[in-house]
Parts: sequence; C-alpha cells; structure tokens
Amino acid sequence: MADTLVAHQFDDMDQQRDAASLGMWIFLATEVMFFGGLFAAYAVYRWSYPAAFAEASHQLNALLGAANTAVLLTSSLCMALAVHAAQTGSRRRLMLFLALTMILGSLFLVIKGYEWSHEIHLGLLPGATFTYVSPSPAFSATQVEMYFMLYFLMTGVHGFHMIIGLCLLMYLMVQAFRKRFTPDYFAPVEVIGLYWHFVDVVWIFLFPLLYLIGSK
Amino acid sequence: MQSVSPTAELPRTGRVLNYLNNGYTARSWLLSTDHKRVAILYLISVTLFFFAGGAAAVLFRLELMTPPGDLVQPETYNKLFTLHGIIMVFFFLIPSIPAVLGNFLVPLMIGARDLAFPRLNLLSWYVFIAGGTLTMYAALAGGVDTGWTFYTPYSSMFAKTHVTAAALGVFISGFSSILTGLNFIVTIHTMRAPGLHWFRLPLFIWSIYATSLIMVLGTPVIAVTILLVGIERIWRIGIFDPSLGGDPILFQHLFWFYSHPAVYIMILPGMGVISELITCFSRKRIFGYSFVAFASIAIAVLGFLVWGHHMFVSGQSMYAGMVFSFLSFFVAVPSAVKVFNWTATLYRGSILLQTPMLYAMGFIGLFTLGGLTGLFLATLAVDVHVHDTYFVVAHFHYIMVGGMVMAYLGGIHFWWPKMTGRMYPEWWGRLSALIIFVGFNLTFFPQFILGYVGMPRRYYAYPDEFQVLNVMSSAGASILGAGYLIPLGYLLWSLKYGKLVGENPWGASGLEWQTSSPPPTENFSTTPQVTQPAYTYPHTEELLLG
Repeated sequence: MADTLVAHQFDDMDQQRDAASLGMWIFLATEVMFFGGLFAAYAVYRWSYPAAFAEASHQLNALLGAANTAVLLTSSLCMALAVHAAQTGSRRRLMLFLALTMILGSLFLVIKGYEWSHEIHLGLLPGATFTYVSPSPAFSATQVEMYFMLYFLMTGVHGFHMIIGLCLLMYLMVQAFRKRFTPDYFAPVEVIGLYWHFVDVVWIFLFPLLYLIGSK
Repeated sequence: MQSVSPTAELPRTGRVLNYLNNGYTARSWLLSTDHKRVAILYLISVTLFFFAGGAAAVLFRLELMTPPGDLVQPETYNKLFTLHGIIMVFFFLIPSIPAVLGNFLVPLMIGARDLAFPRLNLLSWYVFIAGGTLTMYAALAGGVDTGWTFYTPYSSMFAKTHVTAAALGVFISGFSSILTGLNFIVTIHTMRAPGLHWFRLPLFIWSIYATSLIMVLGTPVIAVTILLVGIERIWRIGIFDPSLGGDPILFQHLFWFYSHPAVYIMILPGMGVISELITCFSRKRIFGYSFVAFASIAIAVLGFLVWGHHMFVSGQSMYAGMVFSFLSFFVAVPSAVKVFNWTATLYRGSILLQTPMLYAMGFIGLFTLGGLTGLFLATLAVDVHVHDTYFVVAHFHYIMVGGMVMAYLGGIHFWWPKMTGRMYPEWWGRLSALIIFVGFNLTFFPQFILGYVGMPRRYYAYPDEFQVLNVMSSAGASILGAGYLIPLGYLLWSLKYGKLVGENPWGASGLEWQTSSPPPTENFSTTPQVTQPAYTYPHTEELLLG
C-alpha cells in the first residue's frame, strides 16, 4: 500500500519525505532572496526619505494592520495543528484545521482588500490616480508616492503568495477528503505548512516596516 | 526535435531498450520526465540559441571591419549587441552545462534513477522555452537596444524598443534556472548511491552543487529587479529614475548582486567538466581532491561578495570600491587553486590528446589568461582606464567563450558516446578543436590591445587607427564560426554513421560509465554500490581509444 505512494525515482518513503522537505526549504530560501530585493529597496528609500515615509505610514490604518497580524498568526497556529493532526492520522481534525486556516487566510485577504480600496479611494495608489499633496516642505509628494509604490508592491506580492497558499490548502483539503494521507504519508501537508508559515513570517516583517514608522 | 532523432539507429541497437528507443512519438519526448530526455531537449534548444546569438555577432563583426558605420544603422548595431548578449548569457551560457550535461549526468554520476523532482525538471524546460520565445519575439518584433545589462533609467524610461518583452523573457527563464538548481541540490543531498559519500563524489557534482547554490540564491534577486524595472517602465512610477526620486545605482547593485554570481554560474560547471576530462585523459587521480571541491564552494560564496567591482566608476563610495577590489582579488585564489591542481594532475600522467582533452587544455590556458586580466579590472586605478573598453569585452570572452564554451564542447565530446551510443569522428574533432582555439585567440586577443589603447565597447564606428586590430578580430570570428559549424555537422553525422561504442569507451572512472551507452531509462539495472574514491585511475581495462 505504502509502496504505491513512493515515486519511482526514490528508494523508500523516508528518502521521498527528506527530498520534499529539503526542496521546500530551498524554495523558501529563494523566496527570502526575492523579498530581500524588495526589502533592500525599502531600506534604501526609507534611509533617504525618513520624514516622507513616516508621514506616509500614518495614512495607513494600523489598527486593521494589527488585527490582520492576529488573524494571520492564528491561521499559522491552525496550520501547525493541521500538520499535527495529519501526523497522528486524525482525518477529521486535519480537515477541520485546514478549513480554519483557509477561513482565516481568506479573512486576511478580505481585510487587506478593504484597506487597499480605502487607500485607493484616498488617492494613494501611485501613478495617474495619485492625488496626495504634501502638507510640509520637509518632503515631496513624489517621496510619499515612492513609499506607496513599495507598500502596494510588497503587500501585493505578499497577497499573491497568500492566494497561492489558499489554492494549495484547497488541494490538501481535496486530498484529505479522498483519504490520501496516513501517519506514514503526509509530506504534502508538512511542506505546504512550511510555505504557509513562511508567508506569515513575511507579514511579520511587513507590518512594523509599513504600518508603524515614526509612531511615538 | 528531428535533428537528434534516434529513429535511424533502431535496427542495430533495437534489441537493447534504452532511453532513446523507449518511444519515438513527439509526445514521448515533450512529456517525458526522464532526466536524459529533458537533457536532450535542452541540448537542442541551447544549440539553437547559440547559433542565433552567434548570428548577431557575425553581423556586428562585419560592421566593425571598417571604421565608419556603413553596414547597419547605429540603432540596429545597438540591437545586435544587445541580442547577442541577452541570448548568449541567459539562454546559452547559464543553461548550457548545468541544464544539458548536468541534467544528463547528475543522476547517473550519483547512481540514482532520476532527479528528485522529475516533473519539475520537465516544467523547467517549458519555462525556459516560454522565456526564450518571449525574448525572441522581442528581437523579431523590433529588437531591444539597452545592452544585456538593462541599465536604468535608460531601460525603464527612455528606450523605445521592446524592453518589456525581452525583460519579461529573462524574468521567466530565471525561474527555470531556480527550479533546475533546486532539483540538483535536493538530488545531490538525498539520492546518492550507497557508499557514495560527499568526498567520493565526482568533482563535476561538486561544481554543479556550487552552481545550484548560486542559482537558487541569486536568481530571485534579478527576478525582483526586473519586476521593478517593468513597473517603472509600464506605470511610470519611479524607483530607479532620479527625476522621480529613485536611485539608478540601486538598480546596478541589485543587478550585479545576481549578475556577478551569474558569471560563476557560467564558469563553475565548466570547471567541473575540466576536472573530469583532465583526470580521465591523464589517467591519474585529481591532485588535491578536497581543495578542488572546496574551491568550487569558495567561489560560489565569495562570488556573492564582489559585485561592486562592476561599479567602480558608477559613483559608489570609494571605500566600498576598495573593499570590493580586495574581495575580487580574493576570489582569484580558489580559481587559481583549481588551475594549479589541474596542472599538477597532468604532471607525470599518461596524457592522451583526444578531442575532449584538447578542449580541456585550451580551457586551462584561456581561462588563466581571462582570470589574470580580471585582476587588472579588479584593480581600482587600472579599471578607471580600461572600464567599458574592449579590454573588458576581451576579458569576459576569455572566461565565457575560451572557458565555458570550450568546457561545454569538451564535455559534449566526452559524453557524446554515453548520450548517443556512438563515437564522433576523432580526426574531425581534433581539427575543429584546433580551429576553434586559433579562431578564438585571433578574435579576442586583439581586443585586449584595442581596449588598452582606448577603444570603447558598444560603438558602431571608430577612428582609422583601430582598423587593423578590428579586421584581425573579425577574421578570427569567421574562423571561430567555421570551427563551431564543423562539430554541428559531424556530431549530427555520427548519430547515424558513428562507430557504436560499449559502456566505457574512454576507460573512465565514474558511475555513468558503468551502465550501457546509451543508458536505459532507469539508468542502472541494480543500484550501484560505491566502495572507492573518485578517479581510481589507472584502470586496467583494455582501452577502446581509436
């Protein structure tokens, strides 16, 4: 029974699980480098335009950001519990926690979408629709636009990763429904869990860097 | 696909099932997850890209025969060298040895049935083709004129050519290289045959491992950089344009953070091939195995710390320049370790001058010259003099063409009998290796002098006094072009008429020579057990060398 789940190139289940897990860790390393480029750009321009970045940051709703952080952290907890349920072979709990993770992940996106639409409404989306006027001679609207370009890009790329994550969770849900996972075979739950935690960690960096600049 | 079609050889090898005669339909190739078939798909595609990039070089070398710009318009000239650079760097050099020889050899050399993620491997080829198609579309739709470096703000705000499509093509093909690197790292970590611990691995595996590290850690950074250029170009939101508050130097930092390590993606696999060739054709163990192995890792690590030497005249801090200069000298140490160890391996070896060995010898000489002139460029004061001149062009072509292309051709000849089951014609092989060596030096050595006396790169016209050296260079390029066409001809010829070979025509060590030629789909009938270190020469088997 277990043999059919081992792909032809692997000798046994252990080797297959090691490969899957290492593969995901390396993929996450590439993700760190990808986001690293954005964080480097953020660091350079925050260093160049501190006043503009602080002012721009105050345009965001830090309360919603904090609430979203709580939502996402809770979803990570649910994901960890889902992995545990898979390990112990409890299919009902696995499906329950996968569902909770998906609900919380979707809630995050809904709140984020509400924030975005509000900010776009305020004319903070860079480009032709950017209508912000600098209230102070200390910094220019262009510098604030730079902040918002980074804000929309970084939260956008993060949100894109969330959507991918939700699709992967949906796949896990279908597989769990089909009784594919056993205490011997649950590597997909484990590696997709790793991915979900990574996306969570990115947000842990984004939240203070974007929402909490210059607050006293 | 037809060019390497194995159909013709069925009558004689039909009795033994191997990866080539295991299905003949287009579907059996295009949906194959067999690492050997994917390697052949890559071989065909990078060969096409190589000749496309070469065609652009032919055109601008023709233009440079005479001082005034007379053959092409200046805009066309810019598009030609840009096309040459983009194709050769992103669609030939980066995938050449890793994706062709690496794909074919990594599982064979470590005694595995396939890579860890065979479907991901096939996907990486499709991603590569998608990126390549988009870039070729950009070229045919009107071209790109930014140079392969896409420097901002020219590329993002001013260039009126098809920058977006070309950059998107490079962006997409980057994911192919990430997937390939990821696959190799996982495979090398988890799928080695019993007894094959790290210090018994062939040095080719070490170099592919080091290359893969750079691929997975560097490529995402160029991806995000290109993404930012695309956003600036499409939505006119500044991040690299000074008039919008952006910093063009940031682009250069991000670009070279990938693109300098990328030159090690383009040379490390070549070094791995050379270690295999030198040991086999001097019938000796490598001198200082662990030094050569760790030199690969050291190059990969140090390679991430030297990017600023491309930016000595860009306006970066002088102190940063000094640190980058020092580190660039430092990265020469592991490269030199390799050259010394290869040379020491030759000492008192039983040297056989077969075609692959001729390429290996060519590699050592040309790589040394390219590496030493790199030290000139890493020297702050000298770099101010020769920056952006033909000296730089000559330097990196000595590494990339004199080094990597030589190693690639050496490797293709060496493993050709393994890949196809047939031997190439030796006399033609030696002749073309010689022609390529002569043509290469005639093309690029005059460019060192041209750069030193002050001819800047990327100009389509030049003063009369540079003509003699430019004519020499163009003459060399035509010899080089002929040198590349000859192997294309006889390797295709050998698919049908080449002498059939057994499992180990070179008497080489290494697991890939213990299975039949061409290997069966599952590589080995039983998983091999490894009990010896790599390169246990001299072998006693009777050699089939012609």
